[in-house]
Amino acid sequence: MSMHEKQLNNDLFQPAVRSSDDAEKITKESTSFWQDARRRLFENKGAVSGLIIIVAILLLAFLGPLFSHNGFDDQDTSRTNLPPRVPVLEKVGFLGLDGVDIRGVDQYKMKNQKDNYYWFGTDALGRDQFVRVWKGTQISLYIAFLAAAIDMVIGVAYGAISGYYGGKTDNIMQRIIEILIGIPNLIVVILMILILDPGILSITFAMVITGWTTMARIVRGQILKLKTQEYVLASVTLGAKSSRILTKHMFPNILGSIIITSMFTIPSAIFTEAFLSFIGLGISPPTASLGSLVNEGFKSLQIYPHLVLYPAVIISLIMISFNLLGDGLRDALDPKMRK
Amino acid sequence: MARFVLKRLLYMLITLFIITSFTFFLMKLLPGSPFNNEEKLTDQQKFILNEKYGLNDPVPVQYFNYMGNLVKGDMGVSFQYDNRPVSTMIAERIGPSAVLGVEATIIGTIIGLILGIAAALKHNTSIDYLSSLIAVLGISIPSFVFAGVLQYYVGVKLEWLPVALWDGPKYHVLPALSLSVFVIATVARFMRTEMLEVLGQDYITTAKSKGLSNLVVIWKHTIRNALIPVVTILGPLAINLITGTLIIEKIFAVPGLGFQFVSSITLNDYPVIMATTIFYSVCFIIVILIVDILYGVIDPRIRVAGGKG
Repeated sequence: MSMHEKQLNNDLFQPAVRSSDDAEKITKESTSFWQDARRRLFENKGAVSGLIIIVAILLLAFLGPLFSHNGFDDQDTSRTNLPPRVPVLEKVGFLGLDGVDIRGVDQYKMKNQKDNYYWFGTDALGRDQFVRVWKGTQISLYIAFLAAAIDMVIGVAYGAISGYYGGKTDNIMQRIIEILIGIPNLIVVILMILILDPGILSITFAMVITGWTTMARIVRGQILKLKTQEYVLASVTLGAKSSRILTKHMFPNILGSIIITSMFTIPSAIFTEAFLSFIGLGISPPTASLGSLVNEGFKSLQIYPHLVLYPAVIISLIMISFNLLGDGLRDALDPKMRK
Repeated sequence: MARFVLKRLLYMLITLFIITSFTFFLMKLLPGSPFNNEEKLTDQQKFILNEKYGLNDPVPVQYFNYMGNLVKGDMGVSFQYDNRPVSTMIAERIGPSAVLGVEATIIGTIIGLILGIAAALKHNTSIDYLSSLIAVLGISIPSFVFAGVLQYYVGVKLEWLPVALWDGPKYHVLPALSLSVFVIATVARFMRTEMLEVLGQDYITTAKSKGLSNLVVIWKHTIRNALIPVVTILGPLAINLITGTLIIEKIFAVPGLGFQFVSSITLNDYPVIMATTIFYSVCFIIVILIVDILYGVIDPRIRVAGGKG
């Protein structure tokens, strides 16, 4: 039926009833700040892929070592320096996962390891690189978690107290921070590690000392801004306790800044640990860290590139995805971007 | 302004004092002495040597001696290299590091500015996305990974440039490039944001409606204004250059301060570690001071706030 055949007559129309109530009605469901932020975050392709990679790496870091019957420090000199070999994928030649090294020798055949598959190969002591890489990833993730936790606990508390109480307290606390910021973090970390012996504990300790200053400054700035807002003043007038004002009125409003700041602390903390391990100050052998694995791999880069390849790719992936997620969160949570 | 600078200078001195004291007492906590390795020495000889270097004095006395010497530029002698004065060791090594740092800053700033400006002018096009991608990769990929990739492909596989060592301009390219990646990424990101901000301002619309050519609007009104806050990223860049040289010099075997620092750590050469630490901190604090003063000069609002406090 074409348009011409349809006759328009008055029977087809009905008067619209207008009541004053309807004019005020909000038809669309209102979105809260967090719903809005979540929507913006998931629209950001970079942030979503970052999040997916982080989850994948997190799973692999803890499940990966279970796929192998070898421990991270099981040495076996009969299987040293094996190139990677993966079932099924070994048939696809150009991937280089067939256990043939760069000189064209099938190392697995030569070393009588025909039935074994080392997905990332083995190192100079015959340790399973697959397990070592994921153990190293665990350390990076531990550092990431730790950095965020330190930021959240010490940084937020310090900044909040300094900003909220103001006056003399604020003055003294800010002077301390100004001096701390003047000292290069890395130097303090290196000195701490020298007296405490290299290891995960001294890295942890050094990070506790140095890691929270940026967060404290940002939280203080935000609190100072919020302190003069009407709703906070109203709450004070109504007799609310400091703890209630801080947790109920201020904290939800600065949560966005806190999340953004800690998202950028994480990659720099991961890098610091990898860097320290790389120059031989971080995690000590036989424990593996991505930084120390890359460092060891460099020694035989020309002959056994697989030793440096996997840890290097994974640390880069971790850093990229945390940065992408951080960027996405910043765009999603920044109220200026809210339309 | 004068008050602001004086205040910063005072902080700088306090920070320096804390760092040097902290380093000194750490040095006392660390095990080992210059003469423990010499097994042939009798206790009597050790005592005489200790006496000569003032190591038998009580720690507070040693502390004041050390601080006194430090003011005069004397940082003690190395444990490992035949009692060579640490200050001469630093003086010999600072050259390559400084050259590398300056080269990386220049390369990085130029490429970074070009990328950032191009991205802002071609906002939301493939050029913008490419520039953002380069920035994210540059910030994320650890310098030791990037340096390794460059060394392997350009140095080993293609044999275009020397793999390592420090012997003429050809040897500068790879380390300077590896070091500049972070600078490129930071500058590009920052410049893009600033440019976009300035491009949205009313005075740009005014300039355009006056009939100024596109080139004049971009060059005189946009880029110039966007460049001003770039000063603020000098601080983080300086820290990164210091960290960067530690790794890059180790990978490319550049005989610089960073390389010496890393090897002194592995050799437990405490006086060298401590002196280099102090040296780095001084450089760092001076950069922070300059950045702070520049802020004040450039942005009057900060100067006022600083003057009050």
